[in-house]
Amino acid sequence: MTRYIMTADLRRCIGCQTCTASCRQTNATPPDVQWRSVIDVESGEYPDVRRSFIPVGCQHCGDPPCMHVCPTTATYQRDDGLVEIDYDKCIGCGYCAVACPYQARHITHRVSFAYGDTPMASEEARLDPRRTSVATKCTFCMDRVDAAKVNGLTPGVDPEVTPACVNSCIAGVLAFGDKQDPDSNVSKLLAETQHFRMHEELGTDPGFYYIWDKK
Amino acid sequence: MRVAPWHQTNWDWRAAANFMCGGSGTGLMLFALFATDTPATYRVMATLAMVLVAAGLSCVWLEIGRPWRALNVFRHPQTSWMTREGMVAPFYFGCGAIAVWVGGGEGIFPILAAALGLLFLYCQGRILTASKGIPAWREPKIIALVISTGFVEGAGLAALIFTVMPGDTPRWLAILLLGALILRRLAWTRYKDALTQKGAPKKALDVLLGFGVGFDKFGQLLPGILILGSLLFGDGTGAMIALAGLVAFGSGWSLKFTIVARAAFNQGFALPVLPIRGQGKEMPGVKPGWSK
Repeated sequence: MTRYIMTADLRRCIGCQTCTASCRQTNATPPDVQWRSVIDVESGEYPDVRRSFIPVGCQHCGDPPCMHVCPTTATYQRDDGLVEIDYDKCIGCGYCAVACPYQARHITHRVSFAYGDTPMASEEARLDPRRTSVATKCTFCMDRVDAAKVNGLTPGVDPEVTPACVNSCIAGVLAFGDKQDPDSNVSKLLAETQHFRMHEELGTDPGFYYIWDKK
Repeated sequence: MRVAPWHQTNWDWRAAANFMCGGSGTGLMLFALFATDTPATYRVMATLAMVLVAAGLSCVWLEIGRPWRALNVFRHPQTSWMTREGMVAPFYFGCGAIAVWVGGGEGIFPILAAALGLLFLYCQGRILTASKGIPAWREPKIIALVISTGFVEGAGLAALIFTVMPGDTPRWLAILLLGALILRRLAWTRYKDALTQKGAPKKALDVLLGFGVGFDKFGQLLPGILILGSLLFGDGTGAMIALAGLVAFGSGWSLKFTIVARAAFNQGFALPVLPIRGQGKEMPGVKPGWSK
């Protein structure tokens, strides 16, 4: 069984937010919505102070609380582990948003554009009215992953079928692939590094691994 | 993007109103059972109980983004407590309406309506605990708090209604209200202690503990004193019990508004360990904005 996951090598991340920009460009999210963000965490005390940059977003959990609470079955989990939303079923109740411990879900009740009420041509062309007043979140670029089944390419290896944030990362922080395949890039990365998953104690079985040191 | 927990923006006063009205309505439907031999009083109580639950659900309906798809809420009874709450509601209203029509009495419908009300109230507690993203809600001890405060609100409203309706207020109602207050006090203490011991967002704890000071005095102690005073120096009925009921009811609403609308800080982000770069040494993780 396939389980697509993402890894982020925190030793490499410089907080440039290219992944954020790439996600927004690819998925045409509204100005106040970022499916992929990078948080800037300051820690320690002077003079031993550190900054860590952490890419965050939907963790495509193995046991997703958002799916369990959804009263409409709009949130569902695919066989390959991706957690997705059927915009035509969602009623925008926000229950999934309060159930998600990763703050990954967004509901916008009015259409907004980068420069006020008038959309740019690109915004107008890509406006999806189905995404207004319903929950939205990172899809792991589901359409690309699905394209892999048609064209025989491998997600995480071939850019055409790899999430946009992974493709755009200038520091090689992000990787994507099938954790169940021992030869996949992510399986190899996890085998040779130490890593954690955020809020793992909540039992959500997140599909996003943060690499913090070599083994 | 923020790192420490911040206040969620998806559920506002309208969601809180569902818990406030739902708890009061279902609690009142339960205590209306004690008025089944006085049809006029029962009808007032049961009707108000249904109006309250309906008002709460209407508030939620006003909050959802796609209200004309609201019937989709019934699609996921397998795991969603919101679906289950929604599925209980029609039966609650149906049994309640029949019970009102027959005026209480000794039939099965007042009992069914009260039982379904309790089920609805339990669903509300489970809705909160399933909200894993909000530490102040997901604490399992909140279920007992939601149910016990529903009892308090129901008994408080029943005391008020008995006072204004013709006939005598039963003396045991004061004792039941006092019992419900004691239950709520226990549930509130256990809930607060659990959050403090397990750790929670500091801002959520600040809200809850700050609220608790006034709540303990005016929401718990004051109605308790009024009830005891009425029982010791009177016949346990009348204006003092009505006032105790009003205060108990109001404090229940303020408690739920505080938990749902004010203490709803999310999980935030945390690192169990910091990344090691270059020759850097391992450092403990960080959990900004948390009490522990």
